[in-house]
Amino acid sequence: MSRLAIETPGQAQTVLNGLYRDMGRRISASQPGLCPVDMSLNFLRLCHAQTCGKCVPCRIGLGQLAVLIEQVLDRTATLETIDLIERTARVIADSADCAIGFEAANMVLLGIRGFREDYEEHILHGRCICGLSHPVPCVSTCPAHVDIPGYVALVREGRYEDAVRLIRKDNPFPAVCAYVCEHPCEAQCRRRMVDDSVNICGLKRYAVDHSPDLSAPSRAADTGKRVAVIGGGPGGLTAAYYLSLMGHKVTVYEQRPKLGGMLRYGIPDYRLPQDVLDRDITHILSTGITVRTGVSIGLDMDMEELQKRYDAVYIAIGAHTDKKLGLEGEEAENVVSAVELLRNIGEGRVPDFTGKRVCVIGGGNVSMDATRTALRLGAQQVTCVYRRRVEDMTALAEEIEEAMAEGCQILPLQAPARIEAGPDGRVAALWTRPQLISSYGKDGRPRPVDAAEKEFRIPCDYVIVAIGQAIVAKPFESVGVTTRRGAIQADLTSSVPGVDNVFAGGDAVSGPATVIRAVAAGKVAAANIDSFLGFDHKMHCDVDIPPAHLTNTPPCGRVNLKNRHLNDYRGSFELLKEGMSCEEATQEASRCLRCDHFGYGIFKGGRSKEW
Amino acid sequence: MVNLTIDGRPVQAPEGTTILETARQADIHIPHLCYLMGINEIAACRVCCVEVEGERAMVTACNNPVQEGMAVHTNSPRARSTRRINVELILSQHDCKCATCVRSGNCQLQEIANDLGILDLPYETQLPQGLRKAWTTTFPLFHDYNKCIKCMRCVQVCDKIQSLSIWDVAGTGSRTTIDVSNNRVIKDSDCALCGQCITHCPTGGLRERDDTQRAFAALADPDRITVVQVAPAVRTAWGEALGLTREQATMGRMAAALRRLGFRYIFDTNFSADLTIMEEGSEFLRRLRKGDMAQYPMFTSCCPGWVRFLKGQYPQLTGRLSTAKSPQQMFGSVAKSWLARKLGVEPEQIFCVSIMPCVAKKAESELPTMATDHGPDVDLVLTTREFVRMLRADKIIPALLPEEPLDDPMGVSTGAGVIFGTTGGVMEAALRSASFLLTGKNPDPESFSQLGEGPGLREATYDLAGTPVRCAVVSGLGNTRKLLERILAGKAHYDFVEVMACPGGCVGGGGQPIDKEDRELGGVRSDRLHQLDRQAPLRFSHENPQVQALYREFLGKPLSEISEHLLHTDHTAWAMPNQRKTG
Repeated sequence: MSRLAIETPGQAQTVLNGLYRDMGRRISASQPGLCPVDMSLNFLRLCHAQTCGKCVPCRIGLGQLAVLIEQVLDRTATLETIDLIERTARVIADSADCAIGFEAANMVLLGIRGFREDYEEHILHGRCICGLSHPVPCVSTCPAHVDIPGYVALVREGRYEDAVRLIRKDNPFPAVCAYVCEHPCEAQCRRRMVDDSVNICGLKRYAVDHSPDLSAPSRAADTGKRVAVIGGGPGGLTAAYYLSLMGHKVTVYEQRPKLGGMLRYGIPDYRLPQDVLDRDITHILSTGITVRTGVSIGLDMDMEELQKRYDAVYIAIGAHTDKKLGLEGEEAENVVSAVELLRNIGEGRVPDFTGKRVCVIGGGNVSMDATRTALRLGAQQVTCVYRRRVEDMTALAEEIEEAMAEGCQILPLQAPARIEAGPDGRVAALWTRPQLISSYGKDGRPRPVDAAEKEFRIPCDYVIVAIGQAIVAKPFESVGVTTRRGAIQADLTSSVPGVDNVFAGGDAVSGPATVIRAVAAGKVAAANIDSFLGFDHKMHCDVDIPPAHLTNTPPCGRVNLKNRHLNDYRGSFELLKEGMSCEEATQEASRCLRCDHFGYGIFKGGRSKEW
Repeated sequence: MVNLTIDGRPVQAPEGTTILETARQADIHIPHLCYLMGINEIAACRVCCVEVEGERAMVTACNNPVQEGMAVHTNSPRARSTRRINVELILSQHDCKCATCVRSGNCQLQEIANDLGILDLPYETQLPQGLRKAWTTTFPLFHDYNKCIKCMRCVQVCDKIQSLSIWDVAGTGSRTTIDVSNNRVIKDSDCALCGQCITHCPTGGLRERDDTQRAFAALADPDRITVVQVAPAVRTAWGEALGLTREQATMGRMAAALRRLGFRYIFDTNFSADLTIMEEGSEFLRRLRKGDMAQYPMFTSCCPGWVRFLKGQYPQLTGRLSTAKSPQQMFGSVAKSWLARKLGVEPEQIFCVSIMPCVAKKAESELPTMATDHGPDVDLVLTTREFVRMLRADKIIPALLPEEPLDDPMGVSTGAGVIFGTTGGVMEAALRSASFLLTGKNPDPESFSQLGEGPGLREATYDLAGTPVRCAVVSGLGNTRKLLERILAGKAHYDFVEVMACPGGCVGGGGQPIDKEDRELGGVRSDRLHQLDRQAPLRFSHENPQVQALYREFLGKPLSEISEHLLHTDHTAWAMPNQRKTG
């Protein structure tokens, strides 16, 4: 007999490994509104099945915890049961020998503390507090609640115009979102339970790329009401579009020469070409909106005056000011903020980085935009410096990967310490302090701490700072608008508390976020401003949705968009992503499980036809 | 037209027709449980699954349209196995004690299980126990969690037809059940008690509170004089559950059956319907003359489901209800006063039972405003279904009984009283007599018949002796809500509005026999009432000789002091649970 053999997994193990992957995808595709107690119980059962059986707390304790939680769900428990669950779980967390036991108990404890009222409701009334607000997962996770199964079905049938028309019912930026939406809808796509989420954003792009320019829906009868929108970004223009369709007279005030806000002055052209943005803006303006560009509220015009002259005012000024590092040497020449760099390019002032070495500070999406833009401006070397690890960066993984693929360097675990200026006053180098990744902080992310290593010098000609944006709310304080941590205070209906006819939303209220969240805020504002003005206009769309096919397509790979082949990115701001082919789009659309028709959707109504 | 084959037979159907309906047209019956055409096409029970060639998975017949060239197999081995196992799974979460179930013999699940020859279950029974299956025993509506099969029909009927959304899905996983929406309990809800959820339940998941044993106890009590009234709509439907044709199921035969059960006096709610017309009609004319209808109309008040709806949803309109009691309650008041005096007995000796097509009538009879020092005006309300169950309990076979007369004096009625049981009937009867009161002569009784049929909401303006009277008739609470919203928004103006909570009126009432084939029988029952009206020798409420005698001997005239005391009520003297605050 041989002394050793190569171990290969048996068939059972191979299949089980596949099931683990399936289960992982499935859990992350859980729809919102599930009962947290029931889910906890079943997570616990899964954990208990992993126990090796050696130790008492894990072998017996996890099972007994499951029995107790089951009693809660069966309404045979008392309030004391919750205490017993907590005491037991604490002992298991304290005394289990390995992570199988103590992590399982910790999950129970998190639940007992995080949703104790759900436990109590089950015990006292036999009910869940939870509940579904919208039965279709993608629609419910889309901040603007766009009818995703509807337009995906239309793409499948080749009805691209109708698809775009349907999207515009909830989002007047179909083209922009087709290129740069962060697509939270895909995260909880039920198709992930089968294979992978539907490429919703890619399908939207196919629809907008293949739909001719459409005329806007007809406006409702003139109401005689006047609304001012401050800020011509996605949020402001969304509110303006719907308010105009509702028959109100809308004027948009924009401080820059052109409309678009961060879409024009913050997102580089290789991700969002200007003509794509202009298509959406042209459509929005065709509803009869008056635009006054180059007007800055507080400088050229007083907020008080605006508030008096208009029946309602929507503040959607975004977050356009850079944050400072507060480091020694920051005032050196060639230290620029990412916001400023991108804005300058948007306004046609394109710097030349040919042959230069550039350091970008920050780990978010703006940082990636700055990094990749610097490369396109001809930089010889671009280094993105970040104080945590690459996996802790808040930028989309795809953006980071592409930045690296294009030849940018990511230097993680380096905290900027100071900027060294040369004798000419220009940047000579960025000094950083090496970091060590450490324990988890309150935000649930591992914290960086100073490593016991020497400071690091990165020689460079430019430093681009991309550590966040701030809001300029000062001009609005005169009418009673208040701020908290720099953001304008407005409630979830976008009304500004205590200021009668003033509404606010978007980045200026939430802090820097995404296009689709700005659109959602604009939609909410439009509806509530309409009500405030004494109307109840409804936005609807008469496109009929193709019926679902009888049964769903079997597992099939997701079509991802490919990058164009470029030998050198330097100097090229051309669009990077290629759209789907017709064949790809049709196949991808057929992967949609039509949750508007199958499952809970058909019971509770898979779509809201108006808002 | 779409061409396809079902079980090898070529069939055609208009585009958009479901597989299930297409098959039905071709006399191929696909078993189903949750499906309710137009209301619940959600494919929840999966019993109607069929095999469609070329499709990967089984296809539900109830909500998928036929397609050109489709080949459907309803009885392939895969279809059979799917149907059987899904029914077995439903049965594993169903209390299968059919012997003690009110729906035995009339249960769609029982029929499917029997037809499939399911003799034992391979699955463990899973039923909620203890508090999880508890439901109030005093509320007129009873929900049995253990018999509910979560078909969602009740949820949809209450949402879509009645716009009250009393029911919703509750719980998760295998504990999912149907419960009162928004974590309420039924007693604290604004349930109108229309009972439409009951009549659309395929099993015994929903029923009325059973009061038959209390009725038998009263019949057995030698110190009680039992007096029974039968609502108009009951006579159109009671025979359905007993295998009688509509022509066989006469009032005469019902009177004979009620006597066999032991009731001492057999009377007719039609009598008090005529009386209601005298009071409500007079009240209407008085309010019309006072200019009281400038903004809002006067609403009829005979439907307790509607009154509950109005008070729960639009309490600010409570004052717009006619103050007239419903015919059921007028009957009780008169029975315990005039009748007691005529019989020379104490009112307390009279036990007043009513047989109603309605569940809300049970609640109405229990209102604090519907009683005197002598006790409640109506002691016990039975639904048509409970009445049928009492006949079955005593093995009374009405088909074998002779026709017998009703008793005097409250068994006498007119055609105007009988149409109270259908939508538009109260309005029609009222207009007949109002016209007489204003002109002094009887109109053609068919003058107002256009209000008798048509869509959920009908409207007409009649000229009564030079006064235009704007009338509207509505049935179903969803339709009613739409009408009220229009009235409140000032978009519609009427003088007189008749509302019945159940679609089609009391003929489609929530206390009526339940059709196992899910047919809506309101229409044919309504036809029967109109037929009875046309055949009636008297067709005007004011011509009812016993109503005339009642006024002569006892009440004086409509709206007299004693009439106001006995026959009218204060709708504001009680509140719905969580009644919305008035504006």
